[in-house]
Amino acid sequence: MKQKKKWYDYLWIITPIYLGLGFFNIMFAWLGMIFFMLPLLISIFGGGKLYCNRFCDRGQFLQLLGKRLKLSRNKPTPNWMRSKVFRYGFLIFFFTMFFQMLFTTYLVGSGAQGLGQAVKLFWTFKVPWQWAYHGTVFALWVAQFAFGFYSMMLTSTLIGLIVMALYKPRTWCVFCPMGTTTQLICQLRARKEEKKDSCVDNCSTCSICSGKRGEEDA
Amino acid sequence: MASKRYAEVGNFCVACGTCQKVCPMSAISIWKGVIARIDKNKCVGCGKCVKECPAGTIEFKDREEEHETEKEMV
Repeated sequence: MKQKKKWYDYLWIITPIYLGLGFFNIMFAWLGMIFFMLPLLISIFGGGKLYCNRFCDRGQFLQLLGKRLKLSRNKPTPNWMRSKVFRYGFLIFFFTMFFQMLFTTYLVGSGAQGLGQAVKLFWTFKVPWQWAYHGTVFALWVAQFAFGFYSMMLTSTLIGLIVMALYKPRTWCVFCPMGTTTQLICQLRARKEEKKDSCVDNCSTCSICSGKRGEEDA
Repeated sequence: MASKRYAEVGNFCVACGTCQKVCPMSAISIWKGVIARIDKNKCVGCGKCVKECPAGTIEFKDREEEHETEKEMV
């Protein structure tokens, strides 16, 4: 029983297009803000993890490479990688580096630092990328943010590809910072809704308030 | 019930939806973006979701075993 493909099943094409555009003109990196804001907005406004489930281009891209092109070893994801400590640890690390990037953008904006025409891979290795910068009609910090954001997107795609090859095609999804954040938002929403729907004042007979993940009515 | 086994989601679920896409019976839904849920009555125990789950948190359960425990409880 094969399901008919929908338009959103072809969104994987966005990943190579995005990375390709950024190779020629770094300003296209700003488009990445869509992939950053959309999952958050969807989950905040009650759409759950619809982005991950349906629209995530990277997830589809990794699935395509790992499953269809058989580039994945298809070995189980290690226990430590799927643990909460690692998932939330990576989330904190990722956002710390994101704010670090914002600070660099601020420094360039205030004139304290010159524009670094390079992409930083794995938050460590500076790779020259000056061919993608053709000057800007906007302020310098706009270009700096583009370099920083592109570095982040390229690094996370590379990590995704590495874990795809080593483990399952979508192992990246296990610790994807956006996935963890949206799941957290959904958990908070679900807890709020459950409380609203089923609680009587001062009742302590069920375990919903203790924050179990909704397994009660499974 | 045709199959002897069915799939069940464990605690490591990240609600990515990979299992939902591969399920031939459309037995899986993502509950409020928090966790995947498998409809036991629809599940035929094919194991596609078990194989695909990146978090490795879907496992097989025996239907018969469950019946026995139910009987014991009665």
